[in-house]
Amino acid sequence: MSSVFDILLTASFWAAAVRIASPLIFATMGELICERAGVLNLGIEGIMVIGAFSGWMAVYLGMGLWGGVAVAMLAGMLFGLLHATLTVPFGLSQHVVGLGVTLLATSTSYFAYRLILPEVISPPKIEPFQVLEFPYLVDIPLLGPALFAQTPLTYAAFAVVALTAITLYRTPLGLAIRAAGESPQAVAAQGLSVTGLRMGAVIVGSGLMAVGGAFLTLSAFSSFFFEMVNGRGWICIALVVFGAWKPGKALLGALLFAGFDALQIRLQQTPIGQAVPYQIFLMAPYILSILALILMSRRAQVPAALMIPFNKGER
Amino acid sequence: MRLEPIANPGLGRRLGFPALALLATVVIASALAALAGANPLDTLGLVVKGAAGSKFALLETLNRATPLIFTGLAIAVAFRAKLWNIGAEAQLYAGAIVTVVLGTSALSGMGGWALPLVALAAMVAGALILLGPVMLKTRFGVDEVVTTLLFNFIMLLLVSYLLEGPMKDPMGMGWPKSAPLDKALRLPRIATGLRLHWGFALGLIAAGLVWFVQVRTTLGYEMRAVGLNSQAARFAGIPVNLVLVKTALLSGGLAALAGFSEVAGLKGHLSLDLSPGFGYTGIIVAMLALLHPLGVVITAIFVAGIFVGADSMSRAAGVPTYIADMMLATALLLMVLAIGLTKFRVVRG
Repeated sequence: MSSVFDILLTASFWAAAVRIASPLIFATMGELICERAGVLNLGIEGIMVIGAFSGWMAVYLGMGLWGGVAVAMLAGMLFGLLHATLTVPFGLSQHVVGLGVTLLATSTSYFAYRLILPEVISPPKIEPFQVLEFPYLVDIPLLGPALFAQTPLTYAAFAVVALTAITLYRTPLGLAIRAAGESPQAVAAQGLSVTGLRMGAVIVGSGLMAVGGAFLTLSAFSSFFFEMVNGRGWICIALVVFGAWKPGKALLGALLFAGFDALQIRLQQTPIGQAVPYQIFLMAPYILSILALILMSRRAQVPAALMIPFNKGER
Repeated sequence: MRLEPIANPGLGRRLGFPALALLATVVIASALAALAGANPLDTLGLVVKGAAGSKFALLETLNRATPLIFTGLAIAVAFRAKLWNIGAEAQLYAGAIVTVVLGTSALSGMGGWALPLVALAAMVAGALILLGPVMLKTRFGVDEVVTTLLFNFIMLLLVSYLLEGPMKDPMGMGWPKSAPLDKALRLPRIATGLRLHWGFALGLIAAGLVWFVQVRTTLGYEMRAVGLNSQAARFAGIPVNLVLVKTALLSGGLAALAGFSEVAGLKGHLSLDLSPGFGYTGIIVAMLALLHPLGVVITAIFVAGIFVGADSMSRAAGVPTYIADMMLATALLLMVLAIGLTKFRVVRG
């Protein structure tokens, strides 16, 4: 047990937790926005892949890092548009369409990768985002480096949470989006377009998911690998449930989750870790996600119209 | 724009839209081939030739179709009852693990009974793997899509652990693979010299049995009723949760047979690349078959043909083999749209 406390008392652990949380925060906010409007977006896993790929490829082909983020976001929004068109006006199964979008976005990334780089065995590296330190604040013990010595995309992730919360709870637009997920009939009765609100939410949400994917290539690993998203999208869906569809709680969930992940990586290096097969540690995130789903299932406030298509004229 | 339900869609509508979806898929695939700098018609020809141009190619396609028949059936059964089993990959590996554990044991001394026993045990393992997420759904209301998906990752790590630890082949030269199955427990080939094993025939039998269950039994009727409207089914006195559990057992068992047949029929051992996503591809197979069990056989062969054909085309024409995955994902989305359009008419206003 003492080794766990030793790890918890190092600043590098807390910094790693925040870094690991960053892509999850983007994608979780994206999924949360979709679901608050009433659409389950299972395209998330594939959209993260296309974000990771397109952002990295744009930078490799000569764009700036922020240009890469913009390209990733646009690519995500494009697949969001596809998802939204099929699930909102056509009201098709959100499960099947979402999985289809994941398969299409993933295979598109791999196809384009092989098209542009037919021969390479190991993918080329790019110069990723560098750590941006806030002077003085970074010297706060333990938490300073975690909160004030990260790459710009991590700061952006926190800003996105604030922006999502303010938009959802403090603006008429946010009220309309939430109502579209709770009681679309009421929205339509106000003369607002449920279709427009839901499509907009899915497109913007998908853009955020793609930026989450781009974090992996532009900030964390500096290169694109197949299978690099590795189920993070599905974990984010669990995090939305864990956060009871609220941005602040979802952020806490992502940080908690990333904390466990950072802890298991470090525990592997300790004597306890050497005795346990490393696969058990790697299973932990997925098992934790399932436990979180069970734990929250009783009191979660599911948007009432989640997964229910809205068709004007139907009562 | 809104949707207006069509009471009795005609045959033209029911077949026309799916046909249109497949045609559109071919057009999109041709465009992708052109994008890769190849002649679309030549590319298409190479895919067809690679999938069915020779006896060898055709048998390769049927071999590849075998696991897809099982996973396709598993998903068709589950989706019909609106049970979203996305974990066929995990159930497949559960079946494969049990097949290897029993197949390398003393069981081979049992003679003719050993093989069916191993298949049955594999099915039980797959069924139990799906039972967990379904109990979570019926007891706690936890969405089974996410839990079954997460199980896939857990199961792959478990296989990785087993292959590096307790199940590692001591003669494997350090490769993470299991010891080979006992010769007596291998599925024989359908004819000597023919590179096609009895797993394929087992798949055909399974499809027939699933069709029988769905069309001719009370359970099949209940599964459809739960899928169409679970609240109405509950109101009509159908024990919805029990039906879901039975559906899960059937679905998980079928997916596990894919693992059994791949190990006992084709590979002879367990490795981490046993399934290149057969569980996920099964979703495409089932949807293209409009969830019909006999249709699954046809679409499984079709999908397998695209993969096998694309592999050989890729070597000849230089178009990335991932064109097959893109094509199938496109086909899936267009087919869902086509099914929607057979039931609804789009009207303005």
